[in-house]
Amino acid sequence: MPCREFRSLTAAFAPLPTENVDTDQIIPARFLTTTRRTGLGRHAFHDWRYRVDGSPNPGFVLNDPRFSDARILVAGRNFGCGSSREHAVWALLGAGIEAVVSSQFADIFRGNALGNGLLPVEVPDAIVSELLATGDAIPDQTLTIDLEAQRLTLPDGRSVSFPIAPFAKHRLLNGLDEFDFLLQALPDIEAYEENGSTRAISTITSEVP
Amino acid sequence: MMGGRQSIPMPRTLFEKLWEAHVVRAETDATPAVIHVDLHLVHEVTSAQAFAELRERGLPVRCPDRTIATMDHSTPTAPRRAHERTLATLPVMPADARAQLEQLAVNCEAFGVPLYPLGDARQGIVHVIGPELGLTQPGMTIVCGDSHTSTHGAFGALAFGIGTSQVAHVLATQCLLQTRPRTMEVQVDGRLAPGVTAKDLILAIIARIGVGGATGHVIEYRGEAIRALSMEERMTVCNMSIEAGARAGLVAPDETTFAYLRGRPHAPRGDGWDAAVARWRDLRTDESAPFDATVTLDASAVTPMITYGTNPGMGMAITDRVPDPALQPADSDREMLGKALRYMGLTPGQPLLGTPVDVVFLGSCTNARLSDLRAAARVLARHRVADGVRMLVVPGSQQVKRAAEAEGLDRIFVRAGAEWREAGCSMCIGMNGDQLRPGQLAVSTSNRNFEGRQGAGGRTLLASPLTAAAAAIAGAVADPRRYLGAET
Repeated sequence: MPCREFRSLTAAFAPLPTENVDTDQIIPARFLTTTRRTGLGRHAFHDWRYRVDGSPNPGFVLNDPRFSDARILVAGRNFGCGSSREHAVWALLGAGIEAVVSSQFADIFRGNALGNGLLPVEVPDAIVSELLATGDAIPDQTLTIDLEAQRLTLPDGRSVSFPIAPFAKHRLLNGLDEFDFLLQALPDIEAYEENGSTRAISTITSEVP
Repeated sequence: MMGGRQSIPMPRTLFEKLWEAHVVRAETDATPAVIHVDLHLVHEVTSAQAFAELRERGLPVRCPDRTIATMDHSTPTAPRRAHERTLATLPVMPADARAQLEQLAVNCEAFGVPLYPLGDARQGIVHVIGPELGLTQPGMTIVCGDSHTSTHGAFGALAFGIGTSQVAHVLATQCLLQTRPRTMEVQVDGRLAPGVTAKDLILAIIARIGVGGATGHVIEYRGEAIRALSMEERMTVCNMSIEAGARAGLVAPDETTFAYLRGRPHAPRGDGWDAAVARWRDLRTDESAPFDATVTLDASAVTPMITYGTNPGMGMAITDRVPDPALQPADSDREMLGKALRYMGLTPGQPLLGTPVDVVFLGSCTNARLSDLRAAARVLARHRVADGVRMLVVPGSQQVKRAAEAEGLDRIFVRAGAEWREAGCSMCIGMNGDQLRPGQLAVSTSNRNFEGRQGAGGRTLLASPLTAAAAAIAGAVADPRRYLGAET
């Protein structure tokens, strides 16, 4: 299946002024009994978004009508830490979030995001702090993400660059899937497996009866 | 480097040796490396969508003999009677959890993947059964759709968690696309004092470097204190590498490793064993091989640790007082700590010792192996779980459960008033109904104190099995050394 393409995005952003947002917050474990990738958006940030009685928590940014159009989330450093659950990325996409701006992303989350076409935009702490501070005071501001140029344009017109691995950039610009690329490496994989002498490991021995 | 010296190999770290041995296609400026996977561990929560993708693409599992599945996350751990041992005969279970477990069984059957299901003598937490069956071996690359795959690094294997899309990649190609991580050395000199455990050591390391401190790095734990640890203790340390953000954690294999593995069901045998050990002896960081980052710690200065906040980096000596947000220099730290303490219901500056607890959880891939149960039982023997405290003891695997029962540990726990349960992840992640109620405070031997991790609104204090047992007796946070007096 092709990957979600990502070229550029101009959209409102929701400020989430929290560091170390872990994947248990993005999608609590009790929603992981699903066997599908879809339907998780309504549970995104469930325990921050809803009160115990199930009613929306008006204090949470994604319930704030001022940010109802947000397609970009801006959050404190180390976003997506903790569990490897790809459900976190599916939940964000399902909730209409297409990019996250932070000053640091956890490794597994970053990989999962890039694999699904959710763009992690890593910019310096000072930029994130500024967006978090002004985002709440002046809603309806937009950010522009230009993946080709690797630039994030701020509401006041300044722009900052962000890093992305060339391979991920190429894939996202063209909607290409990692899986397809890996499948093209099968001849090399076969050669590696046949050349057992280059391997530093023992194979799994079958169990003693 | 001068031409005449090119024949001298560059000193390499253990990580570099593991990485280079598994490169199928080297990383280039434009593409990541293709890395071969020796062992793929599978469980019910992160695999269904991956098997579905193989079906859609019409692909088989490339190496079923390098793939092992078990059921651990969604499985009930309530004591079972003899006729209720399998999924089909279990009395009551949430429909979605049952469906997920049944789906795993269907997928394993269809794709020829070996499965240790509920009712199997080898079933258990994926990171407990891999080592105990001898599947986990030095020099391997090991992956699983589970962040605590870092556990297996204790054997000198490069082991890390992956997302479900990558689970599909490995099922179909036995390979992964990876960019090369950086390396971090965590050098731990000295020895741990009595009553101070591997769990306290890793909590101290995470408190020191922070929950994002090792992001992008593979940690190698080195030094006298690490060499002195048993395999189960090394697993506890490597298990929580991910809680510092590390891609993986490693300990170089040594005699302790070989002694643990010898005779395990999947370990090499006969001549194969000797050849394997000879290979494994080379799996260490060469003298003067450089790391990208270095952290040093004095093990003798580590005391029993406990967390007070909502991430594993918010830990302190159990005798300390909860830090005061007002005293944090950075605005962001002030806010983060304030928010955490509000969630935890704790007051800045208060001691944790003496704080009443509702639940004690002894379990998880961090601390549910036989030595963990022995440590807790040693404290609990001749004591009782305090009135009003619920203590769950959840062995990491059926094998751990049987071994513990063979030496009477179950009777110690039950006599003390604790629940002796079936193997699984249980209240570490709370997917199976074993949950805290809102507002409850737990001392837990698990790995994550995130908000709601053990149940919506639940509050978690991470600590060692010794500290958990002490809390159960006291009905409050307690220094385990109090109960080990005669031995220290």
